[in-house]
Amino acid sequence: MAREIRFLQGNEAVCEGALYAGCRFYAGYPITPSTEIAEGLAASLPKVGGRFIQMEDELAAMAATIGGSIAGKKSLTATSGPGMSLKMENLGYAYLTEIPCVIVNVMRGGPSTGLPTGPGQSDVMQAKWGTHGDHPAIVLTPSTVQEQLNETVRAFNLAEKYRMPVIILTDEIIGHMREAIEIPEPGELEVIDRKRPTCDPKDYKPYKPDADLVPPMADFGSGYRYHITGLNHAEDGFPSNNGKMAQADEIRQENKVMHHYDDIVKVEEFECADADIIVFAYGSSARSAKEAVIKARAEGIKAGLFRPLTLWPFPEKHLEKYVGKAKSFIVPELNLGMMKLEVDRVVKGQAKVVGINKIDSDPITPVEIIDEIRRAK
Amino acid sequence: MAYDYSKYLRSGKIPHIWCPGCGYGIIMKSLIRAIDATGLDKDEIVLTSGIGCASRLPGYMDFNTLHTTHGRSLAFATGVKVANPKLKVIALGGDGDMTAIGGNHFIHACRRNIDITCFVFNNYIYGMTGGQYSPTTPKNAKATTAPYGNADNQFDIAQLAIGAGATFVARTTTYHAVPMEKLIKQALDHKGFSVVEIMAGCPTGYGRKNKQGSPANMILWQKENAVPANKAKEMSEEEMAGKFAIGVLHEVHKPEYVEAYDAQVGLK
Ligand SMILES: Cc1ncc(C[n+]2csc(CCOP(=O)(O)OP(=O)(O)O)c2C)c(N)n1
Ligand code: SF4
Repeated sequence: MAREIRFLQGNEAVCEGALYAGCRFYAGYPITPSTEIAEGLAASLPKVGGRFIQMEDELAAMAATIGGSIAGKKSLTATSGPGMSLKMENLGYAYLTEIPCVIVNVMRGGPSTGLPTGPGQSDVMQAKWGTHGDHPAIVLTPSTVQEQLNETVRAFNLAEKYRMPVIILTDEIIGHMREAIEIPEPGELEVIDRKRPTCDPKDYKPYKPDADLVPPMADFGSGYRYHITGLNHAEDGFPSNNGKMAQADEIRQENKVMHHYDDIVKVEEFECADADIIVFAYGSSARSAKEAVIKARAEGIKAGLFRPLTLWPFPEKHLEKYVGKAKSFIVPELNLGMMKLEVDRVVKGQAKVVGINKIDSDPITPVEIIDEIRRAK
Repeated sequence: MAYDYSKYLRSGKIPHIWCPGCGYGIIMKSLIRAIDATGLDKDEIVLTSGIGCASRLPGYMDFNTLHTTHGRSLAFATGVKVANPKLKVIALGGDGDMTAIGGNHFIHACRRNIDITCFVFNNYIYGMTGGQYSPTTPKNAKATTAPYGNADNQFDIAQLAIGAGATFVARTTTYHAVPMEKLIKQALDHKGFSVVEIMAGCPTGYGRKNKQGSPANMILWQKENAVPANKAKEMSEEEMAGKFAIGVLHEVHKPEYVEAYDAQVGLK
């Protein structure tokens, strides 16, 4: 049977993906260029038995999103630059307490109120390191409207499976552009729900991990009474000042992501196998990069595109395959060189790494990238 | 016969962290008795708190308990309640937690009239961080960050709640432990956003600096300065100077937030 085709904006596709994944609660605060996600879900959540709430600010929105998840609903919030900064305190809480939820950051220019209606890619480091303290991060970065939908489903799945917040980092260009996309049929994409405990409630330890390092999570009100705190805690959930135990727990959380690298990290490797020049590009910049690579190949230049759909954990195992083979890497991004630092770290001086960087609210064009490819030849 | 509190306490989590003479233990006892009187099942109850001495209370109680970030208790509670309205949600915190850092969440929870019961433990000071002034510290009182006396004007928490739209607002003190239990029960029974401001002494952070004497003296001070709400209405501003009204200060009935939302969007 033919799938339904719809002409959707990137932000609308996030709503479709969220509903497909089983999201039933949204708490947010409006901010350009993310607002259409709130508007879309305000309209559609009640139709599937879910609820929407516009909170008083982003701190409250993040808090309510976590609260909704603790009460058993798959929960989403969306924002942009200044709002993401405000969410950091409670995002850190969600990491420490291992509460699944999805946060969409439709990136714009910054810092501060910045360039509200223009695109940016300058929150990529914030997405990993924004909140205080060490924690693992899963961050996805779609490049097409179709991926806005599919990666939103994947974000919910990863959040539920690994019991943690997952960030979707997208930008104004993808959020606001329209493309024809296929809506997956029910059952076509996998939808994962969190592991819930099956033990006797009196034996339940909310932070006692299974072999996959993920502890089952009970919904409040389901008969498993337990304590959640933002303080470092023992397996029973109660605060503890035992530093050794806190360290072990945070390392366990780091490992629950790093040990599942192959399940979490997704990359498109386009014409990379024999490439002399690899363009490392993500989000909207990857669209221009792909066109540049196709043109370069037509000119006989061995160029390739390495496009992470998972930005964090950084796809280093994938990238390492090309280190020692490609003679240069080009990293176009709408910031002054953030992910280039990571590429540098993996390439370790074995090839040239060049950034193409802009923060003037204009996209990076295919021409700008092909010029750099020609120079690198 | 002695009342059995142990049913509601988490064995192994006591002794609590509160200082000798702190008013919070009295509140916990009244809260337990009031919850017991409602007949609610322990699994239905969610207790949320922020950060502070007051906010440590949920850790001792055998419910679904959520100790959140400083000031955010009500924002987390709102998410829990909207996602699952069947749960009985109780949010609590200190005066700093609820009206300084959490002030915005507080007034908006009042405005929504969401069915959450909110307890503000008002000890006039930041207890946990060692006695800095809070939005309720009286003018000229001493605090570690007000060594010359407090220059700030004071929030009246109950009036703030009434102004912001809470539909049940009451005030009590730790001296009035028995009436407090009844008031808490009334607040729990109220459909909509209810606030109970509970005056509690912090001998460590406030009493010592402000020469209030022993913890017992601080409780006597509450007795001497609390005026029943009915009587307070008939007293002049001068007569009420330095005193405060206790009892139910405000009670109205308005549509509850989640019910109103569901009706509006056609959810059943
Ligand atoms: C974001 C943030 N800012 C500051 C603090 C430090 N802090 C912890 S408790 C507290 C104030 C507690 O006072 P109050 O809310 O009145 O409660 P009490 O301890 O008196 O019960 C402060 C400022 C914090 N934990 N988090
Ligand atoms: S510092 Fe004050 S509020 Fe905190 S436990 Fe001690 S007496 Fe109570």
